[in-house]
Amino acid sequence: MAAEIRLEKVRKTFGKVVAVKDMDLLVEPGEFLVLLGPSGCGKTTTLRCIAGLERVDHGRVYIGGRDVTELPPSKRGIAMVFQSYAVFPHMTVAQNIGFGLRMRHAPKDEIKKAVQEVARLLQIDELLDRYPSQLSGGQRQRVAVARALVMRPEVLLMDEPLSNLDALLRLQMRAELKKLHREVGTTTVYVTHDQIEALSLGDRIAVMREGEIMQLDAPNEVYDMPANVFVGGFIGTPPMNFLRAEVRKEDGRVYLAVGDFSVEVHKEWQEKLEGMVGKKVVLGIRAENIEVRPTPEGGALPAQVVVSEPLGAQQLLTVQVGKDVLKVATSPELSVAPGQTIGLVLTKAKIRLFDEESGEALKFD
Amino acid sequence: MSYPRLLRRTLLYIGVTAFALWVLIPIFFIGISSFTPRNEIYAWPKPIIPSHFSLDTMRFFLNSYGVLNSLLNSVWVALLTLAFTLAVGAPAGYAVARFFFRGREAFRLGILITRMFPTALLAVPLAVTFIKWGLYDTLIGVALIHTAMALPFAVIITTGIFMGVPKDLEEAAMTLGCSRFGAFARVALPLALPGLAAAAMFTFVISWNEVFAATILTVNNRTLPAHILTTIQASPLYFRFAGGFFMILPALLFMFFIRRYLFHMWGGATAER
Repeated sequence: MAAEIRLEKVRKTFGKVVAVKDMDLLVEPGEFLVLLGPSGCGKTTTLRCIAGLERVDHGRVYIGGRDVTELPPSKRGIAMVFQSYAVFPHMTVAQNIGFGLRMRHAPKDEIKKAVQEVARLLQIDELLDRYPSQLSGGQRQRVAVARALVMRPEVLLMDEPLSNLDALLRLQMRAELKKLHREVGTTTVYVTHDQIEALSLGDRIAVMREGEIMQLDAPNEVYDMPANVFVGGFIGTPPMNFLRAEVRKEDGRVYLAVGDFSVEVHKEWQEKLEGMVGKKVVLGIRAENIEVRPTPEGGALPAQVVVSEPLGAQQLLTVQVGKDVLKVATSPELSVAPGQTIGLVLTKAKIRLFDEESGEALKFD
Repeated sequence: MSYPRLLRRTLLYIGVTAFALWVLIPIFFIGISSFTPRNEIYAWPKPIIPSHFSLDTMRFFLNSYGVLNSLLNSVWVALLTLAFTLAVGAPAGYAVARFFFRGREAFRLGILITRMFPTALLAVPLAVTFIKWGLYDTLIGVALIHTAMALPFAVIITTGIFMGVPKDLEEAAMTLGCSRFGAFARVALPLALPGLAAAAMFTFVISWNEVFAATILTVNNRTLPAHILTTIQASPLYFRFAGGFFMILPALLFMFFIRRYLFHMWGGATAER
């Protein structure tokens, strides 16, 4: 069973700090939605408002079409996985997992069966008699997830569940959570500050900043078409590159001037940019969408290599173009020396333009 | 080990040993003397270990007029104090640990300030008020005063204990079907129990050892320390030793039980479960 979650104008303040700013949000039944943002952006508060652990200042929260704004967490049909796992230290693994069902006064044999089933699903059925202090971090994490899933909640809320695991385990659990979600199909809201996690897990990602959703889209949309400079700069490793540019027109040809050099634009953009001649814009391009030439010939943008970092599958160059610093991903075979001047060719179709003042993406469709 | 470090170590151990002896020697003599045959107490030179173990002195002490009665009074007062203190102190500690409310810091400071009034200063007004309220010379009256004395510590200790129980655990219980109170009762309370037990014993000892207020506020219903204090001048040496031993005993036992919670109390080791 999966329920839809709807937030209407939800606001939550702590003293003078507005943690969630009149947020509207619709999470489809069965969807895996990721709330992503830097720390302090209000993503955890949003989650806690859905859970009922925070009272909203105003606005409504609906779960499965039911207004739950005034209901305590226990009456909302949710289950939550905490960042700290919050596994009860004075109960065994089995008691931990069965806790919620006991609170529902489910029959004993039914609880036992459900606990074993979910424990098998999460591969902790060998640990049922242990106490949390005898478990590793990863195992505790599984207990926390099992404890939530056994409730068969309409909505599963996860607050940075992987952030306390070491890198390798995190990678493994990430894939497992995705698989679990496919099997269980519960509507899931997942909070993280790790954009890789967001990109890999989410059906959609809500990128948040200062209590507001900046963009709510599918992962590839968020990655390829950031709604503004903030989203572009937050998502991706390395983040999107930004160059200061100006729209110019010469001989009936519209182009972008970056310093003394010009960058060609898509044919389709030509006439749309026509009306913006003279306007200052920000040009955004991802590291992997820049082609490197050994020398700045044939209209390539000249750039000076600052650092080159071999990263195994690729080589990451830090280069300087005028006053702007760019990250460029190239093949590890290319040999360049710091100080060398190289040429950059930007993939036209992947160029994004932003308003210089507001930072919002310029839409041409 | 380098020379200066060795020196520092040695000095530290000498200091600690001296301090321990300073505390332990009187306790040792009081303990030994209260199990020494009565006539040997006055012997000189005094043997460090008595010639034989004897309950004679203790028996004499317990059979003296008013001792048994005041012992019972002391137990009652301590138990009442315990009940009052935990009933008020534990919820207060929980509130300070969990909730941000206006005046929280002032409250925490206020708790400590109450300890700055010497009881002597309050003695006369207290006695007058207690006579007016009919609490004078009653066990409840003494227990109330002891509660007032123990409460600040109880609040501070329980605050530390509840701060050591992560809030997440209670919230997790709430998402799993518990009410606010249910989460407290099923998760926070069991986890805080050992610490609360320590706080309870601490309160018990405060009441057990308190002598000033108990002496001033009672005439017939004396607690043990009050009784000893008022009769000690007229009592033989062995009575004093036996009385002293009786007063020390609960405190000693308490310290043995409480040792590992002491760190908890002062908020030092509220580390992970």
